[in-house]
Amino acid sequence: MIFTLSALGPALPELLLAVSAVILILFGAIAGPKSTDTVNGLALAAIFAALVLVILGPSEATLFNGSFQLDAYARFLKVLALLAAGSTLAMSVDWLKVEKQARFEFAILVILSTLGMMMLISAGDLIALYMGLELMSLALYVVAANNRDSVRSTEAGLKYFVLGALSSGMLLYGASLIYGFTGSVNFLHIAAAAQEPTLGLIFGIVFIFAGLCFKVSAVPFHMWTPDVYEGAPTPVTTFFAGAPKVAAMAVFVRVAIEALPHVVHQWQQIVVFVSIASMLLGSFAAIGQRNIKRLMAYSSIGHMGYALVGLAAGTEQGVRGVLVYMTIYVAMTLGTFACILSMRRKEGMVENYDDLAGLARTSPVKAFLLAALMFSLAGIPPLAGFLAKYYVFLAAIQAGLYTLAVIGVLSSVVGAFYYLRIVKVMYFDEPAEAFEPMPTELRAVLGIAGLFTLLFFVYPAPLLAAAGAAARALF
Amino acid sequence: MGIGLPHYLTVAAILFTLGTLGIFLNRKNVIVILMSVELILLAVNINFVAFSAFLGNITGQIFALFVLTVAAAEAAIGLAILVVFYRNRGSIAVEDINTMKG
Repeated sequence: MIFTLSALGPALPELLLAVSAVILILFGAIAGPKSTDTVNGLALAAIFAALVLVILGPSEATLFNGSFQLDAYARFLKVLALLAAGSTLAMSVDWLKVEKQARFEFAILVILSTLGMMMLISAGDLIALYMGLELMSLALYVVAANNRDSVRSTEAGLKYFVLGALSSGMLLYGASLIYGFTGSVNFLHIAAAAQEPTLGLIFGIVFIFAGLCFKVSAVPFHMWTPDVYEGAPTPVTTFFAGAPKVAAMAVFVRVAIEALPHVVHQWQQIVVFVSIASMLLGSFAAIGQRNIKRLMAYSSIGHMGYALVGLAAGTEQGVRGVLVYMTIYVAMTLGTFACILSMRRKEGMVENYDDLAGLARTSPVKAFLLAALMFSLAGIPPLAGFLAKYYVFLAAIQAGLYTLAVIGVLSSVVGAFYYLRIVKVMYFDEPAEAFEPMPTELRAVLGIAGLFTLLFFVYPAPLLAAAGAAARALF
Repeated sequence: MGIGLPHYLTVAAILFTLGTLGIFLNRKNVIVILMSVELILLAVNINFVAFSAFLGNITGQIFALFVLTVAAAEAAIGLAILVVFYRNRGSIAVEDINTMKG
């Protein structure tokens, strides 16, 4: 077969990101630290261009002997990951400048990590999965230690690195067992070979799922999350909470559904356990937290548990539920972090939820939008967060997983406590000193995320249709 | 008795377990953790190459080469983060990585 350059067309967004990362790092190295603004602007433009290319590009293709798959599922999640990464980068620029942590490498690492996520979402075999995962994670380890003069930031980077390296090791060990017992690394060939659950295959599934659970920060592999969320600079935490979760969840679902469709009953037990444990821990452990970044860490552990409910169902409807859940989760998280990024007084950043006291009187619009986001995170109807939970629980009930759905609903009631406490602090406590005014990008993200969660129930059809089409591509 | 696939898998499993235990039981030094991570990755490589030879399929060896490459990058990044941590904290003892708790 003669190889032509035009055959690379479906991977154009990835190529664009890779090339722009290389060009930008050369540009930054030559032009020096004063080029930071230019690099940030160009990086943002590159992510936006990749987003346009994904939307306008071909809808279905397979490249590199099946290593790279482009289908409706990959496109849906790539758009989501690029939106999350792009808006995080836009929100970070001003914050990093004010905190004197602005370096041109930050934007380049975000691009490299986003490139890893896109490879991960499109992965069609275990090698592509591993390479994408490592490209994403290695960039994230460095970004976590972005504030290199702070003990907390470098400690966050070190913890994330050690536990991340362990989890990649487990994932690889699982990959080696699956390769050995099915004779292939390609997902479709694995699916054809894995008709019967043999012992080796089950060991492989357990290890590979352990590695993936780590990346989506699901219990019992969540222990890095609170420390890394708290220690890393807030824009980095925002990044961690959004795009990488989307990519990791995407590949989790793809491995489970596409590579292991005949052993559903084996992996379903693992996913049900992980999901229940994450939902419960996310609800109970967040109650005692005062640091809002740490609180959001437990909140994200809980939300990953809810999203995994959809995967546990193992049906097309369940996958659609996961996709809708991840979309709404990203919107809610980005909106909340836009508020956290703006918690700045004259003397510096504050991170405790007490500092939000009386926000309703000092800045009523922000308090209203944040309250809407909190109600939505708690899952109160008719906000977006409720509908997200509704679709995953519906799928679980239709698949006969009643216990899972009941525990999920109960733990979301417990979880509502700490979200509502933030609303109470904002509306009923004596006002603390007002925050500095919010930069435009943060206003824009908070406004869009707040309106999305408030008004999603009015017209949910387009998102549901897109998620439905994406889920169909896997079955 | 010849050496067959089960022997290689056993060695790899032992090395993998040693690496994992090295991460969890080690109370002294972060460098030891980095070495344990390398041990895990090399155990995986033994698995891949053994399966590849057993199945008569080259994919496992290609995967092993990718793993080696990524392991080098991972060690470089790990050491870099360790150096900046040492500059701030003045220690790389495992028990000193404790600023954040809860």
